[in-house]
Amino acid sequence: MNKHHDAAVRARRRWRSMVWSMMAIVFLAMALPSAGYLFAQVGEPTGEPQRQFSEQRETNPRSDMWRDGRRGEGGFTTQTGPYVTNQLMTNVGENYRQIRQGPLMTVGGWFLVAVFLAITAFYLLTGQKKIDGGRTGRTIVRWKAYERFLHWFNAICFIILAITGLSLLFGRTVLIPIVGHQAFSSYAEFAYGAHNFVGPAFSVGVLVMIVLWARHNIPKKHDWVWFKEGGGIIGNKHPPAGKMNGGEKVWFWVGVFALGLTVIITGLIALFPNLGFQTREIMSWALIIHATAAILWMGLFLGHAYIGTLGTEGALEGMTRGRVDVAWAKQHHDLWYEDVVAAGEKPVSEEELHGRQQQGPAPGSTPAGERGT
Amino acid sequence: MARMKFLCDAERCIECQACVTACKNEHEVPWGVNRRRVIVMNDGRPGEKSISVACMHCTDAPCAAVCPVDCFYTTADGIVLHDKDLCIGCGYCFYACPFGAPQYPQQTAFGVRGKMDKCTFCAGGPEPVHSQEELTKYGTNRVEEGKLPLCAEMCATKALIAGDGNVIADIYRKRVMTRGGRPQTWGWQAAYGDDI
Repeated sequence: MNKHHDAAVRARRRWRSMVWSMMAIVFLAMALPSAGYLFAQVGEPTGEPQRQFSEQRETNPRSDMWRDGRRGEGGFTTQTGPYVTNQLMTNVGENYRQIRQGPLMTVGGWFLVAVFLAITAFYLLTGQKKIDGGRTGRTIVRWKAYERFLHWFNAICFIILAITGLSLLFGRTVLIPIVGHQAFSSYAEFAYGAHNFVGPAFSVGVLVMIVLWARHNIPKKHDWVWFKEGGGIIGNKHPPAGKMNGGEKVWFWVGVFALGLTVIITGLIALFPNLGFQTREIMSWALIIHATAAILWMGLFLGHAYIGTLGTEGALEGMTRGRVDVAWAKQHHDLWYEDVVAAGEKPVSEEELHGRQQQGPAPGSTPAGERGT
Repeated sequence: MARMKFLCDAERCIECQACVTACKNEHEVPWGVNRRRVIVMNDGRPGEKSISVACMHCTDAPCAAVCPVDCFYTTADGIVLHDKDLCIGCGYCFYACPFGAPQYPQQTAFGVRGKMDKCTFCAGGPEPVHSQEELTKYGTNRVEEGKLPLCAEMCATKALIAGDGNVIADIYRKRVMTRGGRPQTWGWQAAYGDDI
């Protein structure tokens, strides 16, 4: 055994004892304070509780009754009617009040203002996204007449519902100081009615839209590339996109599908109190969720509306006339354009289109519903 | 200035429903609308107690806080009233109220409820005092005549008392002191024992 070997063994031994004692310290530091539980567990079943605390001894049965009432436990009442409750008190309303008057109105309100300002600033900084190389003058069909009808039906409903809904939430803060109580009340009564009757129509429109357009919005691999390049919103990149680009798919699944269904379900709960299952708790939560989802949806809507109108040259006409310029299609929806051309669709110039309208459709060239402008 | 309050003494209330009947009759409150109701806790069991509940005329009223048209107002006497001409029947006050006081004449599809109705502390509404409009919309105005709410005036056992908060608190304090300071020396247990 040489000296060097000896030192190495000793060092290893020292290291090992250090690690073990460290682990022992950590283990005991957790285990020893918990030993009291073990002691209590073992000791408890053997005998009666040693002593009663004064609070337990002097429990006042009537205070229990008041405590139950305060907790919202129900009692018996002879009164009947749709709005009679058998509770002395409930906390539900205070939660509803605090969420509605607190985060919903402050965060929600400023969120919409911030989104609006951000979009305005973005527009002022970057301006409209132009069609690269200008228009070609030749157009192809993007949205058929029934699809455009569905879109604008939902759009008009959405705007009416958004304005009337925001009026009910923020009107007292924003409008009453301007128009006064009487005028605002008449408007609010109309807004409340409009919101309640347009809502179901909008629900049908959104459900039809989800069913009809889900197939355009199935996520594809190239959407990932689209997101990695930020959708080409800034700069001159043109990431690949099918009929719907990545952003439109987010708008569809997060906006129309998720937020839409949330708003529809909570809206119907709030709209039909005569169904009878809605307790005050269900009702107030439905209203809170309805408003929260709707405000988020409006935030997304502002983005969608900006990109579809002011933000992109040549985008709006796809939803108004139903036809888009070939240059626009190649720039924003290259994969879709390739598919459409491969399927035999031919870009048509304005003169040809005009002539076609005069004479009626050329045989076999236009599917039904394409001509409506 | 007085701050008007209701107080229901659960040791005195015998669930006779006189307060409910008095209110219904005095204000001609329609079917299905209940400005006041009696709630019985532990009904049919030892320790049964009943309490008469209506609008409690809160100092910081939740109904007034959530009303989208701001139709509530608090009188100089601390009575919470509302303007039915402004009310749009949205139901928010019913969800916010801890006592379930707001009532509506209808509960139909598309959220149609009609104008909210609730206890006025027999103090009418914003219409001219003792006018026909005030009578049909809000009921009689007894406070204007120097009288207290009829439910409390009708109460046979004087369980339900109404009036200036300081005065009725004094009345209740005297009652408690007369009954005995420690709660377990009076009431059901003291009279009949724990096991009945």
